[in-house]
Amino acid sequence: MKTSHVVSTAITPESIVAAGAVAPEAVARYALGLGDDALVLAQRLGEWIAHAPELEEDVALGNIGLDQLGHARSLLSYAASAWETDEDRLAYFRGEAEFRNRQLFEQPNGDFAQTIARQLIASAYFRALYRALSSSADPTLAAIAAKAVKEVDYHLDHSVQWLERLGLGTSYSHGRMQRGLDAMWPFVDELFSQDAAAEGLDGVAVDPASLRAAFDELVPALVERADLTVPGVPQARGGGRDGDHSESLGPLLAEMQVLARQHPGATW
Amino acid sequence: MSATEQLARPRPADAAARAIWDIAATVVDPEVPVLTIEDLGVLRSVRETNDGVVVQITPTYSGCPAVDAMRDDIVGALAGQGIPARVEVVLSPAWTTDWLSDDGRRKLGEYGIAAPVPRRTDGVVSLGLGVRCPNCGSLHTRESSHFGSTSCKALYVCQRCLEPFDYFKEH
Repeated sequence: MKTSHVVSTAITPESIVAAGAVAPEAVARYALGLGDDALVLAQRLGEWIAHAPELEEDVALGNIGLDQLGHARSLLSYAASAWETDEDRLAYFRGEAEFRNRQLFEQPNGDFAQTIARQLIASAYFRALYRALSSSADPTLAAIAAKAVKEVDYHLDHSVQWLERLGLGTSYSHGRMQRGLDAMWPFVDELFSQDAAAEGLDGVAVDPASLRAAFDELVPALVERADLTVPGVPQARGGGRDGDHSESLGPLLAEMQVLARQHPGATW
Repeated sequence: MSATEQLARPRPADAAARAIWDIAATVVDPEVPVLTIEDLGVLRSVRETNDGVVVQITPTYSGCPAVDAMRDDIVGALAGQGIPARVEVVLSPAWTTDWLSDDGRRKLGEYGIAAPVPRRTDGVVSLGLGVRCPNCGSLHTRESSHFGSTSCKALYVCQRCLEPFDYFKEH
């Protein structure tokens, strides 16, 4: 047990804001991209509530979305501290082209197998990302990541269990799972492509390309163990970090933002 | 007091700070109301500043909505004793079920929630033992869902008495 842990330090965005500290501008831009990834995925997962194949999966996907929302709130609050704004303004009052999420996270839920495929890719990516980010020189990013990594480990476990059940189940479930992987795989490369906001932040941000080896070591083996095939499909052109999105993001944001925009400042 | 216990519940040595800690420590988890925030290991520190008392708590999970209720309850409990306070939510060091008190584990069981199987990190890796049914005590149980009614729980079912029950996930 490290004795340094006995000393608790105030590192949440809200306490940082309360203490008058702000994220450096460059770090805020980096945190914004990561926060948007988590926020958009949380919103997608929320769409499953009351629609999943069984009640337990309503609960599971809702819980995973809640964890993602927690990560998004921490990251966006921290980003907001640099710009004298707050998490809600960033979430509800930015347009589509101002969102910086990678395109995987905005992809439609599709059927349950497609959601599991997206979760598999996302969880394996987040696991590698947050492991690396937990040793960031920025103490706020490091703390958010150290908290998140345990949660995404559990999310990965959930998606692997379903990957195996569906892949090794009937020929019908196997076919559906393979189609889910085929639909989501075009968005894999973008996760590891350049993130302009990470550049010049050596020791603070994680170079996305450095996470590819951990992903490649893990995911293809999991797919093959479930008797499925790693799709050999062309990759989408990407660009989410620059505000380029697929047609799926607009409707997602419309649903997420409508209440806040129609009733600005509403509370309950 | 063991090192783990000191890490989990750093109750201040200073008498004034300890009195404040003890008031904050009466607040319960709104979703598991048999546990105080001290039992949970969620209460992290209290300190007096020029503009009132600052209480630090840590969430069990990043998105845990109970945090807002706990924050209000702490402010209310201290205000009831004439002490103005504000609450800071800290993420580091990250909460773990190792911080649940022995008393808290016992209270969970009596409430019908199976306590997490403790994890030892200071020795050889322990085997994952079965989760004991809080109703009949049988170890013949199985997980029916990885996730439960709150972030910190999973659903189990007992194969002997056939009752479903909540398991407080080891984290």
